Amino acid sequence: MRVLLFGRLGDLAGWRERAFDPAPATLSALKALIATGDAALGAALDGPGVRAAVDRAIVRGEAALSPASEVAFLPPMSGG
Amino acid sequence: MIRLVTEPFEPGAELTAFCAGRRESGAVASFVGIARADAGQTTALELEAYPGFTEAEIGKMVAEATKRFGLHDALVVHRHGAIAPGEPIVLVATASAHRREAFEACDYLMDYLKSRAPFWKKEHGPAGARWVEPTARDLDDIARWD
Repeated sequence: MRVLLFGRLGDLAGWRERAFDPAPATLSALKALIATGDAALGAALDGPGVRAAVDRAIVRGEAALSPASEVAFLPPMSGG
Repeated sequence: MIRLVTEPFEPGAELTAFCAGRRESGAVASFVGIARADAGQTTALELEAYPGFTEAEIGKMVAEATKRFGLHDALVVHRHGAIAPGEPIVLVATASAHRREAFEACDYLMDYLKSRAPFWKKEHGPAGARWVEPTARDLDDIARWD
């Protein structure tokens, strides 16, 4: 499973892309696994305005994951 | 059409091409966003995109604007990567039969791009770097369209 971090989340973690093998079965299990290795990042993933996308679609709440999933964590966006 | 680019672009050439061959669109409105120096406080901007996802999300905004304002066409060119002060970051152009729809759709698309498009913006300056998040004003601007 590919996990991508954007914006300040990538700076906080010190990585922007990482493979997780074996893949956690759910989004909450993935977040728990990340929090085990990096508590500050784990807290940031649940922070205000941070959303998750699975296979490039925004998800709200829980989502099932597979080894082929691409999960992205997206802090508040700012273009233009 | 939506294009993400990593190199500087020429807004005039983009707009000329966008206007070319139009016989039924009586109005084209455009907006160019330029990286500000903020009196030396910003020495560079860094814009991060999520390739594939970013274009798809902007595509949804353009489809919504097209429906809402009856646009004939729309163009969004958006930089990502490293951007120097004075360089264009974004061009939005909209085409419609009459001017009001083109102006409003351009304004609407810019408000959406500022706070809903998947970009993450970092400002570099003498005091270090910081990630920019939508301001209270950006959120008020987008709320005008609800």
